[in-house]
Amino acid sequence: MSKNTEFVKFDKVDKSYDGKVLVVKDLNLNISEGEFITMLGPSGSGKTTCLMMLAGFETPTNGEIYLDSNPISNIPPHKRGIGMVFQNYALFPHMTVYENLAFPLRVRKVQKDEIDKKVDKALSMVSLSGFESRMPAQLSGGQQQRVAVARALVFDPAVVLMDEPLGALDKNLRESMQYEIKHIHENIGVTVVYVTHDQGEALTMSNRIAVFNDGKVQQLSSPDKLYEEPVNSFVAEFIGENNTFGGEVTDISKDVCKVKLQNGEILANPVSVNSKGDKTTVSIRPERALINPKDKMDNNQTGKIEEVIYHGDHTRVRLDLLGNKEFILKVPNSSNELDIKLGNEIKVGWNSQDARALDPK
Amino acid sequence: MSSETKQILTTDGIPLEISLKKAERKNKIKAFLLVAPLLLFLIITYIFPIGEMFTRSIDDKMITNMLPKTFKSMETWDGKELPSEEVFASFLSDFKILVDKKEHGKLAQRLNKEKNGFNTITKKLFRQVKRNKIDETQSIKEQIMKVHKRWRNVEYWQAIKRTAPPYTSAKYLKAMDMYLNEDNKITQVSEDRRIHRILWLRTVEVAFFVTVFCFLMGYPIAHLLATLPMKYSNLLMICVLLPFWTSLLVRTASWMILLQQQGVVNDFFVMIGLVADDNRPEMMYNKVGTYVAMTQILLPFMVLPLYSVMKTISPSLMRAGKSLGGTPFVAFWKVYFPLTIPGIGAGCLLVFILAIGYYITPALVGGASGTLISNQIAYHMKTTLDWSFASAMGLMLLGGVLVIYWLYNKLVGVDNIKLG
Repeated sequence: MSKNTEFVKFDKVDKSYDGKVLVVKDLNLNISEGEFITMLGPSGSGKTTCLMMLAGFETPTNGEIYLDSNPISNIPPHKRGIGMVFQNYALFPHMTVYENLAFPLRVRKVQKDEIDKKVDKALSMVSLSGFESRMPAQLSGGQQQRVAVARALVFDPAVVLMDEPLGALDKNLRESMQYEIKHIHENIGVTVVYVTHDQGEALTMSNRIAVFNDGKVQQLSSPDKLYEEPVNSFVAEFIGENNTFGGEVTDISKDVCKVKLQNGEILANPVSVNSKGDKTTVSIRPERALINPKDKMDNNQTGKIEEVIYHGDHTRVRLDLLGNKEFILKVPNSSNELDIKLGNEIKVGWNSQDARALDPK
Repeated sequence: MSSETKQILTTDGIPLEISLKKAERKNKIKAFLLVAPLLLFLIITYIFPIGEMFTRSIDDKMITNMLPKTFKSMETWDGKELPSEEVFASFLSDFKILVDKKEHGKLAQRLNKEKNGFNTITKKLFRQVKRNKIDETQSIKEQIMKVHKRWRNVEYWQAIKRTAPPYTSAKYLKAMDMYLNEDNKITQVSEDRRIHRILWLRTVEVAFFVTVFCFLMGYPIAHLLATLPMKYSNLLMICVLLPFWTSLLVRTASWMILLQQQGVVNDFFVMIGLVADDNRPEMMYNKVGTYVAMTQILLPFMVLPLYSVMKTISPSLMRAGKSLGGTPFVAFWKVYFPLTIPGIGAGCLLVFILAIGYYITPALVGGASGTLISNQIAYHMKTTLDWSFASAMGLMLLGGVLVIYWLYNKLVGVDNIKLG
């Protein structure tokens, strides 16, 4: 059975609230059945608006959204059969956990014993069996979160939307919940559309990530590709840490180009530059630049250590390199033979493959 | 058991409990001093007047003080046949003192209230006493009985005995259109004199319907206030509060202008052809006027608690209800409405309690069929000067409110009230 790769389809969707500014511009996005897709972006980038349009709380100003090939713009939210986990959980405070979970089943006129079975199953899925008679206020944040997830799944919806569901939890809980939601997704194979502004969350959980900025999808790809091969400088900046150099292309061949900086010259991977004279921003991941590299690398520079911050498993070193005073290096804790001291000059090298020449900022 | 558990000491060896009390004492005193003025104010302006009202409403000491010897000698009288010589003698001696103090008129008045006919026979007795016609060396009983035939009637002596207790429930019975008859039984007054019960029922009815109307009109307004964007909701809030800032009298007067037979509303009805010009409906000086004006005046008291509760309900709850498959109505009825109950309770209780004691509006626009018990209380305060009766009715009103409060607590729970 082949999976429908256009299970959810945004087709040329525009959205404006005031008739002056487009919050979402020409969105085209296909989500396959059973996929975990994350909409990632800074606040105001249009990701939540997309989710609300899919849920039916906002209507597209232009274009159409299809669910399993059916246009859904004119279907009210309660008939779409889409489960949703809200930012603040939106558990009904006057109902017990059981009643909260039974709500979607009761409005669908499901038999009483069937409801009991389904609620039981959903609660055990989020390991909250035995909490049926508690009120939401008697639960911790993490437990409320799980009830919200269980409630969104209990009526077997085709798609589940999650709107920054972990935003209110503390760091440790957030991480364990990430894995838990990921496992639930893997176990039941429901299609999940997840919205977050936390890139770490997006990277750990998703099959694919759509990076939003300024109402547009900047890049849609798997987490590793997104991190390793960002297609533009916004994605490179937004996902993970990033060292950048602004410059101009002076020479270009198939897979390497020369970029002239303010004081110096480096070799880079021409991703979105085409010809000589193009302005560019070169992006290098901190962990791709090595101190005193043993292997031969085609970029070798010397920098002065400006700051050393101990992070436990690694040490962050800030260098003044080629006029960039914010050049970050991550030195693993195992390499303790290195002489990292404030003010020292050290040699740094990286491969031109890892220095991606992207669009200028 | 507690004596066996080891006492915890502070570092200095003082028992922890004592040390804690000492440390907290200063704060407690401070806190008490902060609330003391309010407490004093409440005692002076609330608890003390209510106590005073209560004693006044049941007080019947005046006659007890007038006939001390009579009542004393009457204690042994069984009340079936005419009392003994001794009772007559003590009555005469009490009466003589009253004549000296010129207070016999008051006695006559009070006894006449108990039983009609005392006025005449007291006056006759007074004339005899004044002329010193009663010879104390002979049987006083015989002589008094000769003054008027009613003094020979045992019913009049029974009436005197009934006034003996220093306290009476007569005022409360009167407020319920009842009285104690000759046999000390609670009896209803004749049908054509039952006015209070109608007033009580009407008061409750008006308060109830005003509450219902306020709820029906206030709920959507409060919802709109809570959900509109700030820009519009502020404006709407001012519209709700504007009448609040206008004098009650001005508002009532403006309703009079609107509702009278030659008023704006009637003119409009005639203009659009709803009613004939010579058949204008009466919308004032009856219950309609009372309902309309009171609903408008009390509306903010419903809107404000509802608004403050609705403001705290996250809009995502309704969305959750809808996304889980509830129709907008189901989402409203099962999710939104139950969460507004604390506001509904507070609003309804507030409006009902205010409405049940409302005075100015029914007095001005109520007419004969729209006046409430509060108007009756005012009438007895100002016109008949029967303060004890007014006090009794006031206390009954207060008691009614307390009963409603208790009922509300049983049904909804006072903890569920949210005023802000």
